[in-house]
Amino acid sequence: MESPEKLVEMRSITKRFPGVLANDSASFTLLRGEVHALLGENGAGKTTLMNILYGLYTPDAGEIFVRGRRVQIRGPKDAISLGIGMVHQQFRLIPTHTVAENIIVGARDVGFVLRFGRINERLSELIKYYGWSISPTSKVWQLTAGEKQQVEILKALYRGAEILILDEPTSVLTPQETVVLFQTLRKMASQGLGVVLISHKLDEVMAVSDRVTVMRRGRTIVTKPTRETNQRELAFLMVGRELSELEARPMAAGGKPVLEASGLQILDDKGLLAVKNISLRLFRGEILGVAGVSGNGQEELIEALVGLRKVRAGKILLDGVEMTNRPSADFIREGVAYIPAESLRYTAADMTVAENIILKSYRNRRFSKRIFINWKTVYDEAGKIIKDFNIVTPSPFSKAGNLSGGNIQRLVIARELNLQDNIKVIVAAYPSKGLDVASTEFVQRKLVEAREKGVGIILLSEDLEELFLLSDRIIVMYRGEIVGELPRQQFDLEKVGLMMTGVKGAEVKA
Amino acid sequence: MSLVAVEWIESVLIGAVQAGTVFLIASLGEIYAERSGVLNLGMEGMMIVGAAVSFIVTNALGHGYAILAVLLAGLLLGLAHSFLTVSLRLNQIVVGLAITILGLGLGGLLGNAAIRRGIILFLNPEAPERNLIVQEAEKLPDIPIPFLRDIPVLGGMFFRQNGLVYLSLILAIVMWFILFKTRFGLSLRSVGENPAMSDAMGINVFRIRYISMVVCGMLGALAGSYLFIGYQPFWVEGMTQGRGFIALALVILATWNPLRAILGAYLFGGVEALQFRLQVLGVAAQLPQFLLMLPYIVTIATLVLLSLESVRKRIGVPASLGKPYSRE
Repeated sequence: MESPEKLVEMRSITKRFPGVLANDSASFTLLRGEVHALLGENGAGKTTLMNILYGLYTPDAGEIFVRGRRVQIRGPKDAISLGIGMVHQQFRLIPTHTVAENIIVGARDVGFVLRFGRINERLSELIKYYGWSISPTSKVWQLTAGEKQQVEILKALYRGAEILILDEPTSVLTPQETVVLFQTLRKMASQGLGVVLISHKLDEVMAVSDRVTVMRRGRTIVTKPTRETNQRELAFLMVGRELSELEARPMAAGGKPVLEASGLQILDDKGLLAVKNISLRLFRGEILGVAGVSGNGQEELIEALVGLRKVRAGKILLDGVEMTNRPSADFIREGVAYIPAESLRYTAADMTVAENIILKSYRNRRFSKRIFINWKTVYDEAGKIIKDFNIVTPSPFSKAGNLSGGNIQRLVIARELNLQDNIKVIVAAYPSKGLDVASTEFVQRKLVEAREKGVGIILLSEDLEELFLLSDRIIVMYRGEIVGELPRQQFDLEKVGLMMTGVKGAEVKA
Repeated sequence: MSLVAVEWIESVLIGAVQAGTVFLIASLGEIYAERSGVLNLGMEGMMIVGAAVSFIVTNALGHGYAILAVLLAGLLLGLAHSFLTVSLRLNQIVVGLAITILGLGLGGLLGNAAIRRGIILFLNPEAPERNLIVQEAEKLPDIPIPFLRDIPVLGGMFFRQNGLVYLSLILAIVMWFILFKTRFGLSLRSVGENPAMSDAMGINVFRIRYISMVVCGMLGALAGSYLFIGYQPFWVEGMTQGRGFIALALVILATWNPLRAILGAYLFGGVEALQFRLQVLGVAAQLPQFLLMLPYIVTIATLVLLSLESVRKRIGVPASLGKPYSRE
């Protein structure tokens, strides 16, 4: 059998960013007609390698061959003319323009006067071929995330892309949309395109790819046919060691609750009642899991518990002290740590790593005397924390915004956990969302450690496995109310799943 | 209704078109600049330079050369603006206001009797003495369009006007077509929304912004020259009286759409014509003052509407407006 044509061959690509070796002599081959997964943890250099192929970065060393010809790719324009298309994690679409306008923008073959009738017809055919249902005349803002992704893919195909790179395409998709996307990818491969799927999700890689290349610390470790490997091996290759199984020993919780909320009513941003009547008690050394389909009032509840949102009725007591509607600074002073989802929003991206680390604790005597900040202590301490928390950054003086997602989450956790001397409560909202395996494990370990020190933890997560693994108790929220509560002994996937759809705890038992 | 009243209303409507054309021409230019992502606060300055240049050159060489000179002046101002804001990436608000202040000063300087005299004699040594000293210039002739001019009301409004009024209407339609129905227009709008993406798609962001800004400068100056030779051919220093800023407000009211700008321009022009006529009649002294506020109130109301998420998604401010673009 004749082996398929090599669409892309990247040889010994090295790319250095200030202080970071993003790609270390990485090599990668893409064949015609395959879906090739590029697997690795956050910061392993997957996106950098593909950005080089797409011309967004120029490599410091190495060679690129496209269809056997050595090429210099100086920008996306060059990449596009070589038939390379890339769908980024953040969509690069114009919401106020139509689907058709977004697809043809910059294309040369459409003529000066745009004949939308003809263009739309051609696009509709393409859309139908892939079994999608978007209309070329819809405005992009009307589309779902999955449909926007389809527009991005069409944009590349319209320019004749034969090599399609998708950067973590499923991170914005619902499970159903993911299924559709994977069908599309298979279809494109069967047509002779080469598809690169950047991912850190093992099950995805197993489900859709023909071959997989694993990256770690900027190097390409191995390339294998997917059917000759398994999740466990891939996880090992990706992390470079076996993952330690987290063991959550249930602790005898008891005594006075460290956090107590009663009769809470909370409004959402639109002024509607998001939390209707919630009372809860959190004990020392306990992890209280909050389950629920997102949008059932969990976010509002969490924000109220850390002082970021006013409550309309009800009371919040922290260690017996009334905290209801006090400013968030009081919550910080009283020892409430907050680990949010999308931690980038809770960092000052243009400020340095060190500054971000003390963002909440600069009032602490250790770092400031009257109105002056003692920078020497700050930088010493920051250096220590960067080491302890494994934050990959060129230096404490680098901008926080330049870190990768996993490292920003580590930074936030460091800020929240390490520099408060009197933490009583940790409120963690989706703390491992979007993180790779190792970072997730890191976050979970930190939470368990804190619990063992006697901190009360509220953990909001969409990942039931995570909740089951860590929680001592789980409450389930539905439409602003608690519909059920389960102790650790009674954790059951089906039970919780039913409650998440609104079936009350009592009914489930019956 | 008495015949006098009917005639009075008709005169207000005709006045609305005549006064509104200033706003229309200027806002068409501004729409292109803003759609490409460049905010031009120098509109007022570009207009007054256009008015001053047309004042001088009309008295030296006549209308035709005056308009050519005005377009050249606008082109230079537009180039200056884009060089500073697009190439050097200076703050667009600062540059725009600087051009307005510069323009007001330059207009005053050009209008100065001695300097004016010198320039006119330089351009045309045979210029009659009268042209050297008058504070006015010959108005653009009206060009009535056969048959159409006799339609009641509409005839007076649209078919018994000077060439620039006709030109402004044609421009609005042509510029709308280019903006929404051509490849160039799509590129222009895309650059204003997302320059980085447009660049990646092979569009020359800098070229598009230069072109839009030059068009804006030329139309800004042309609006000023219409104000002088087409509407009030009597030179007063600072005669634009904030019309450049009203044009900016109009762009928002028209939600960056050349066709909607026509309606908005005549609405604002109508306000001006009405308050002027009410003043002459001497009715309710406060009313004209109130009317003068109206364009701004309408604009603020539009801005409030645009702040609504649901409206903004549909017809938003160009997303990169005011932001310089640089390749990483």
